[in-house]
Amino acid sequence: MIRLASLILILIGLYGVFSTRNVIKILVGVNIMELGVNIFIISIGFVNGGLAPILTSGSFSSALNFVDPLAQAIVLTSIVIGLGITTLGLVFARKIHVNYGTYDLSKIGGGSDD
Amino acid sequence: MRKIFTALFVVFFGIVLLLGISRTIPLTKYEDKIVPTSAGGAFIEKKVNITTENYKDYKDVIFGETRDAETGSANMVTSVVVNYRAFDTLGEITVLFLAAVGVSLLMGGSGKKKRLGKSGFILKTAAGILFPVMLITGIYIFTHGHLTPGGGFPGGSMIASSFLLLYLADEKFELKLKGFKVAEGVAGTLFIVIGAVGLMAGGYFLMNFLPTGTVGNLFSAGIVPIIYVLIGLKVGSEITGVLSDMMTVEVHE
Repeated sequence: MIRLASLILILIGLYGVFSTRNVIKILVGVNIMELGVNIFIISIGFVNGGLAPILTSGSFSSALNFVDPLAQAIVLTSIVIGLGITTLGLVFARKIHVNYGTYDLSKIGGGSDD
Repeated sequence: MRKIFTALFVVFFGIVLLLGISRTIPLTKYEDKIVPTSAGGAFIEKKVNITTENYKDYKDVIFGETRDAETGSANMVTSVVVNYRAFDTLGEITVLFLAAVGVSLLMGGSGKKKRLGKSGFILKTAAGILFPVMLITGIYIFTHGHLTPGGGFPGGSMIASSFLLLYLADEKFELKLKGFKVAEGVAGTLFIVIGAVGLMAGGYFLMNFLPTGTVGNLFSAGIVPIIYVLIGLKVGSEITGVLSDMMTVEVHE
């Protein structure tokens, strides 16, 4: 069920990216899409009745009843890359606003020679 | 008009995605078998009924007892991220470094600069109390990355957020960013040096050449905690640099 929900999140993000020309809103859409993809990857590694893949001393824990840690490691990478994309995108948006006075990509136009 | 077309495209794409994925991955039910996790050193293929009595009969990793395991890290996500796929992590921090360089290139200009925002009395008072707590918690998270949830990336982000609190609380506050830049460069270089030592000692880049010790101790898992501390320092100083770049704007007259 959570896989369907994550697909819906991906589609909402896709709609957000394509339906607007506002840079900030596009970045919000990209982030929603990324969240959906991350939830989907995590759900692939899920096992019925599995525990978080961390050995603890307190209760009975074994490497045999853990969920797949590889998917979670990949998502850790993906979150950090998403942070980089969002940071750089926000700075580009700021630069666009400084130079053109708008966040709307369709109002920027080309250079002076077209 | 464009929104309708976009909505139709998104619905079409969603149906294609749904059909494509549902052929290989079931969308509503989850795996019932136990996946052998190589990170735990457990390679039992068939499903076994493990209880509190018989779990020691299986070749398994036990917290505080197993010695010289393959990675020796109690947190198996960490053993994937920093041991088996450490090369990926090197690429990941390279991407983060490139983002930080891009931000400082685009935001740092030669013009006159001004800080954003004003702070109130409550924020100023709370920042003095909260800053050391957040800093220590961040350091705790990345030094215990191989034992508890967390690691270099969340710990580094928490350190950066503690400095963001200082920036928000005081309009005149300026960090000496040179020290952060030096820490970032040294941490990144040491990561590669440790990888090269593994290459010389054992034959492949970023090999775990140190003894792994007992699972669950603070000094265990070989190079994993060392690399995670380096990643924590690097990420913390990098994100602090990004934040301080973003807190100042150029003034255009």
